Amino acid sequence: MGYLRQVLTICGKDLRSEFRTKEALNASLAFALVILLLFSFAFDPSSEQINEISGGLIWMAFAFAGALILNRSFARELFNDCLDALIYSPVPGSALFLGKALASYVLLLIVELVSFPIFGLFYNVQWARKFGWLLFVLLLASWGLTVVGTMFSALTVNLRLRELMLPMLLYPMMIPALMSAMQLTTVLIAGQDITGDNWIWVRLLIGFDIIFTALAVAFVETVLVG
Amino acid sequence: MREKLIYLMGLAAALMLVRNLYVILLGLPDEADQGAIYRIIFFHVPSWFTAFGMFVASGTASALYLARKKQSYDELAVATTEVGTVFVAIGLVTGMIWARIIWGIWWTWDPRLTWALITWLVYAGYLMLRRAIDDPTARAKNSAVLNIFSFTSVMITYKAIDWWRTQHPAPVLSIRGAGGAMDPAMEQMLYLNWLPMLMIAIILVMIRMRQEGQQREIESLRRMAHAV
Repeated sequence: MGYLRQVLTICGKDLRSEFRTKEALNASLAFALVILLLFSFAFDPSSEQINEISGGLIWMAFAFAGALILNRSFARELFNDCLDALIYSPVPGSALFLGKALASYVLLLIVELVSFPIFGLFYNVQWARKFGWLLFVLLLASWGLTVVGTMFSALTVNLRLRELMLPMLLYPMMIPALMSAMQLTTVLIAGQDITGDNWIWVRLLIGFDIIFTALAVAFVETVLVG
Repeated sequence: MREKLIYLMGLAAALMLVRNLYVILLGLPDEADQGAIYRIIFFHVPSWFTAFGMFVASGTASALYLARKKQSYDELAVATTEVGTVFVAIGLVTGMIWARIIWGIWWTWDPRLTWALITWLVYAGYLMLRRAIDDPTARAKNSAVLNIFSFTSVMITYKAIDWWRTQHPAPVLSIRGAGGAMDPAMEQMLYLNWLPMLMIAIILVMIRMRQEGQQREIESLRRMAHAV
């Protein structure tokens, strides 16, 4: 079986088991909505400044909701020692990792694409004026979040405190990607193009994705097998 | 032997610090713009140097651990990270005191400061992960991988001063290509004060490494006792 087939098989397996129970997906979506609701108490939701902070708000919600999905990524394999079975299977650790990351990526993107219109409705924001670019930022930043999150999910899977440890490790490490995504999303929701100074954020996002994907693929075998 | 070295280094560092304090407080004149408070730079900058040095050592030790799987590298990694975290805290606190006097505020969300805080949190996460894992081999392995991830934030903090034009001053030292921005006598004093601080850091690392080794020994004895 080719490497790509292995990645897709793992990804397909994860997605199938998730869509049958919808555990992580429902929890994450509900959580994202709760956070969006809570924000409305933190400031006046009808004011003009909503446009200036919209990128920050929505990415905070995504980061919190994403942690729920990522927590499940490896933890779901703990029952019946499925994780051991996966490790002993002829699939290399990096393929296992990429498959799992891809599955979480799809789930995270679903949560994001559902949350965006709801956010737009509740806060009266015309979010889709630059939809193509917004999707581009969404794809890049979500991959960064997923790749680091899946790696840390593998690191913390055997801990008693993993639900606590993952966010504690993940959020500080995620800041470059989150910061870029927030800046760019705010610009795009305001209906402006990415120009001049803002390209540095796109470059930061791409650099973040490349560096952390490479690091994760290089070290995941060590973490899983030893 | 090691014991003696620690005491000897401690004594030398103490003597140097006393001498440096004398020169800093009484020998050097006040700075033209900032007055007396600028003297904090002799502790602020060297503590960041020390912290960076510790994190570089820690990252290297973790990479070596992954390559060779020797426990002593893991001991070095945890010792240097702990000491590095303390020196980051010193750097942050001295920076905040300085900022309060010159900028009028304790903290500002400027990229350099923000990254420094992130670095501190990232390494605090590393130390917390270590506490959460009981098995020594898994602990060494997983924390070594996390340490390599963490090192990226150190690199960003180091470069943040160049990438973003910020409220935090740009480099003033000649070694970072800003030649002549700082008075040579003051710059020399800064390096002279770094030496004892680095020595104190090394002493702490040595003590901490010995503790780690002893702790590992106790753990393995305890496991043996359980087995019997």
